[in-house]
Amino acid sequence: MTISELRHLLDDRELSAQELLGLHLERIDAADGDVKAFLRLTTANAAEQAQAADRALRDGTAGPLAGIPMAVKDVLCVKGVETTAGSQILKGFKPPYTGTAVQRLFDAGAVMLGVTNCDEFAMGSSTENSSYFPTHNPWSLDRVPGGSSGGSAAAVAAGEATFSLGSDTGGSIRQPAALCGVIGMKPTYGRVSRYGLIAFASSLDQIGPFTRSVEDCALILQTMAGHDPLDSTCADRPNDVTRGLHDGVEKMRLGVPREYFEVEGMEPGVRLAIQKALNTLEAAGAELVDVSLPHTDYGLAAYYIIAPAECSSNLARFDGVRYGMSEQDAQNITDAYMKTRRKGFGAEVRRRVMLGTYALSTGYYDAYYLKAQKVRTLIKQDFDDAFAHCDAIVSGTSPTVAFPIGSRTQDPLSMYLCDVLTLGGNLAGLPGISVPCGMSEGLPVGLQVLAPQWREDIALRVARAYELAADMRVEVALVD
Amino acid sequence: MEVHVQPTTRTKMFCSCAIAPLNAPPNTHTCPVCLGLPGVLPVINKAAVEACLKTALALSCEIPSHTKFDRKNYMYPDLPKGYQISQYDLPMSHDGHLEVGERRVRIRRVHLEEDTGKLVHAGDRLHKAWESFVDLNRAGVPLMEIVSEPDIRSAEEARDYAMALRTLLRTIGASEADMEKGQLRAEPNISVRRTGTAQLGVKTELKNINSFRNLQRAIDFEVKRQIEALESGHGVVQETRGWSDAEQRTFPQRTKEVAEDYRYFPEPDLPPLELDPTWIEELRRGLPELPEARRVRLVAQYALPLHDASLIAAERGLADLFEGAVRAGADARPAANWIIGEVAPGGSVPTVTQLADVVKLVTSGSITRDQGREVLAESIRSQRSAGELVAERGFAQVSDESALEAIVREVIATNSKAAADYQAGKKQALGALMADLKKKAPQANPKVANEILQKLLQ
Repeated sequence: MTISELRHLLDDRELSAQELLGLHLERIDAADGDVKAFLRLTTANAAEQAQAADRALRDGTAGPLAGIPMAVKDVLCVKGVETTAGSQILKGFKPPYTGTAVQRLFDAGAVMLGVTNCDEFAMGSSTENSSYFPTHNPWSLDRVPGGSSGGSAAAVAAGEATFSLGSDTGGSIRQPAALCGVIGMKPTYGRVSRYGLIAFASSLDQIGPFTRSVEDCALILQTMAGHDPLDSTCADRPNDVTRGLHDGVEKMRLGVPREYFEVEGMEPGVRLAIQKALNTLEAAGAELVDVSLPHTDYGLAAYYIIAPAECSSNLARFDGVRYGMSEQDAQNITDAYMKTRRKGFGAEVRRRVMLGTYALSTGYYDAYYLKAQKVRTLIKQDFDDAFAHCDAIVSGTSPTVAFPIGSRTQDPLSMYLCDVLTLGGNLAGLPGISVPCGMSEGLPVGLQVLAPQWREDIALRVARAYELAADMRVEVALVD
Repeated sequence: MEVHVQPTTRTKMFCSCAIAPLNAPPNTHTCPVCLGLPGVLPVINKAAVEACLKTALALSCEIPSHTKFDRKNYMYPDLPKGYQISQYDLPMSHDGHLEVGERRVRIRRVHLEEDTGKLVHAGDRLHKAWESFVDLNRAGVPLMEIVSEPDIRSAEEARDYAMALRTLLRTIGASEADMEKGQLRAEPNISVRRTGTAQLGVKTELKNINSFRNLQRAIDFEVKRQIEALESGHGVVQETRGWSDAEQRTFPQRTKEVAEDYRYFPEPDLPPLELDPTWIEELRRGLPELPEARRVRLVAQYALPLHDASLIAAERGLADLFEGAVRAGADARPAANWIIGEVAPGGSVPTVTQLADVVKLVTSGSITRDQGREVLAESIRSQRSAGELVAERGFAQVSDESALEAIVREVIATNSKAAADYQAGKKQALGALMADLKKKAPQANPKVANEILQKLLQ
């Protein structure tokens, strides 16, 4: 059920928050042994929050999310709850503070079920880089849920949570949303405070929701969004993401970037599903226009310079001195650093730290980091030019449906290609949403809507119009 | 010379932790941000930016409209994030200068950064320490780095430069700049060159100098050491050297054989700063008169000797005291003498009124200089007025002519024989009359009383 449906039941006292929590815990109990979306459950905290929600509902002081169960990706700090970014190096780390986005959801009454699995430090597209275990796609357990926020996407898809939170650096919300058949949104860079988000690549990271309806997505985003004095990159702008949500797409111009239909490895079934979705939008009154994003081919390269460069610096703090794993059997401090980090970080994290360190080194900085930043500027320019001719850009979210677990782990480059349609939105700081648009080979396909910066309202409005026109309902994937 | 200055702020550079006092227990002034916990973000302290801009303006630096912070990456246990937030290629200001005596020292740049924490080693030597502790109270404390061009030619000039900086910083209220408290840390880069050549030699950088006196000593030592090293054919190695106060010598700390690669890149957690020109203009207008300008004015306005003016202008407190006392009616030259002779060496500073009152009393002849010294000290100590103290101690000389005339008439009446003797030409009889007058009225101004006595006996 969606939040709005549950809202009625809770408000009318047909269901208590504690009963709702119980139902979700039962579902987790039944499904998560197979799906493995959760790393840890926070049952005791959840019971307290549900009790508080019931009290607030009784007293008439309930917030808009009172009693709604959510799951939180393992990169978002919650006070007293072990938060590890899917890594061994942070094993046992319990933050002494709660990040802004999660706190705002708590303040609105949301009930946290637990912490969801993800690729280590959000680096990956399949959740196979988790240092704990892989998460399975609820639609087909031998397949990946996408990533890096695979646990959060799978939890919603499997009906284990009403909504969940992820983080998106190159597609880490939208791609798993597509592969798991749920709605996922990355807001404009600066819309949601990153305070409390364990940083992967600071200039690209954004927190966003997974939901079962576009309306829910708008509600969660609105609750989290807005200026935060603790994040200087979080903008002080009107929080108007729900404006015109139900206004439809009539007379809207939707740009179809030809480059996004010619990417390497695009599956015919995905292409077909997207084409059908575009037809549906056209039938709903939108005008489809051809646009071009000529620097798309360079986006992946630029992304894989900028993100590792920032991560090499962001991950320097994990040195075993103050928290997390610490190798004590060392000759000196350098030896301690090396041993702790070699043992604490997985292969993909080490690969990216090394890539980034190299790219920032004297003599290479200009050729790599600086060049990548220039490409980033060109990609932003591409989008600006395209938005001169259209209101929003529509495309597939992922070139493929969910792939079998283990099928890409030996080839990092093929894994990197998963983000080819999404990372442009991160490089340009744009809001983007993925909504389910049918199936290919029995697996969900996602439609991506990108909008100009600060125009989440447009992305949500197009997504809502599609949801309505296609009579799309997020199904609960049945775990066999 | 690189000088690190801690600007006067209530809180740290990127978080709201209060600045720890020197004796604070370890790690009591920390929060998730300055501890470098996962997920936290820096927020720029506006007061630190303001102090830095004021300093830059006072040093006649150029201030660009666009500046940014960068990350300087290196791993060390006193650096919680594994990088220091500093400024690399677009500092907050550049190309200024400071007049030090007759020399103009060019300033290359003034930028903002954050301090690191402190390591405490068990045992007296780092390489023998069996345990090390990290205190992060200082981590994230704001620092301004003031870098000069190589314009300083001697240890004395280096000391004068550092002292002039301190005066400037205190005058504009940007920092308390107390060297002993580590609020001003001077790191001279030293090289020698053969007379007549232009090429500067290989340089060494000196650290842990904690006073102006040691700054001069350390440089003198290092210059001598470098000359000896060159003349003996060993040459100078580029390195960082520490100053040992106990042994009064420099010693090698870190050799820069391989330049560390700090992998600077723009800090993505902080948007670039666009400095509003109207704000800069406001700060510029708000600057008080700078020490150099004040020195010139003290000479011109009060006819003080250059030497006196330099001494007084070097400390804002003294200069304010001087001008205040003059405004309160004290004569300029005596006021200056009192400040240089009594106040500056003493340590306890009087209020404007306290100083002005004493200077006026002494100048007018109401009390002697020695009495004035006593009254000044006592009025600082007890906060009682000079007039009150003078009266209590009977210091006040009676100079009022009508009052004195009455006493003198009485003296003449009781000593009629001596008076007659004087009038008959025995000039020494005056002594007896004066002696009686001093007995009857010890507070009488002897000079004035003497004049009245002679007048009445004519």
